[in-house]
Amino acid sequence: MNRNEMELKFLSVSQNEGFARAVAAAFASQLNPTVEELSDIRTAISEAVTNAIIHGYENRPDGCITMRCEIDGNKFTATISDKGCGIADISLARKPFYTTRPELERSGMGFAVMEAFMEEVEVSSTVGSGTTVVLQKTIRRIDA
Amino acid sequence: MELNATKRGPRLTVQLFGELDHHSAERTRIMMDTMLHDVSVRELMIDMSGVTFMDSAGLGVILGRYRTLNLRGGKLIVCGVSQSIDRIFKMSGLYALIERV
Repeated sequence: MNRNEMELKFLSVSQNEGFARAVAAAFASQLNPTVEELSDIRTAISEAVTNAIIHGYENRPDGCITMRCEIDGNKFTATISDKGCGIADISLARKPFYTTRPELERSGMGFAVMEAFMEEVEVSSTVGSGTTVVLQKTIRRIDA
Repeated sequence: MELNATKRGPRLTVQLFGELDHHSAERTRIMMDTMLHDVSVRELMIDMSGVTFMDSAGLGVILGRYRTLNLRGGKLIVCGVSQSIDRIFKMSGLYALIERV
């Protein structure tokens, strides 16, 4: 059974959005994904990390975000956690086009994109203590 | 994110190069809005062929510029849309508002 895991901690600054998705994609490459599968992972990770920065830490640059990635067989799982303000109503937050930050021109499509591009999206959150998003995808292309 | 712009008559063509995420969104927005201060612009053509990555933050940038153009009776057109960006545009229903060539 092919198993691997990694963990990355970084500050809640927007420069780290590109860094986090590049790391996650490089790690997931071990599963020999298609270009499309890899693009799905990069996009979903970017949405989750951006949410942690903008919403979790309300754009404060001193928050800590943890990204943990796991490979189990041909299943890729990424867990993105922050210790920010949390989400009061998760089902409302997951609704397409819902945003608490329209002044930032947020489209409200972050969770919808994660749900479209990954097989499973699990969100747990406690107001005042933080949010954890688990993203899961099975990579179909297996080494010949 | 790098940006190249050319204006011909009422049409402003903007070519974007690089990654369009939350990090680059604000700068891209400011650069495009500076050009849209010119009220003779009635058509904004965004050439996405140089965009190597886009997430929902890019959607916000496009929707915001669409609103500006729409308020002055103009329109927004996108071209050079890659397959992965196209999926985000489709799922958001963006093509009901903007044209794709």
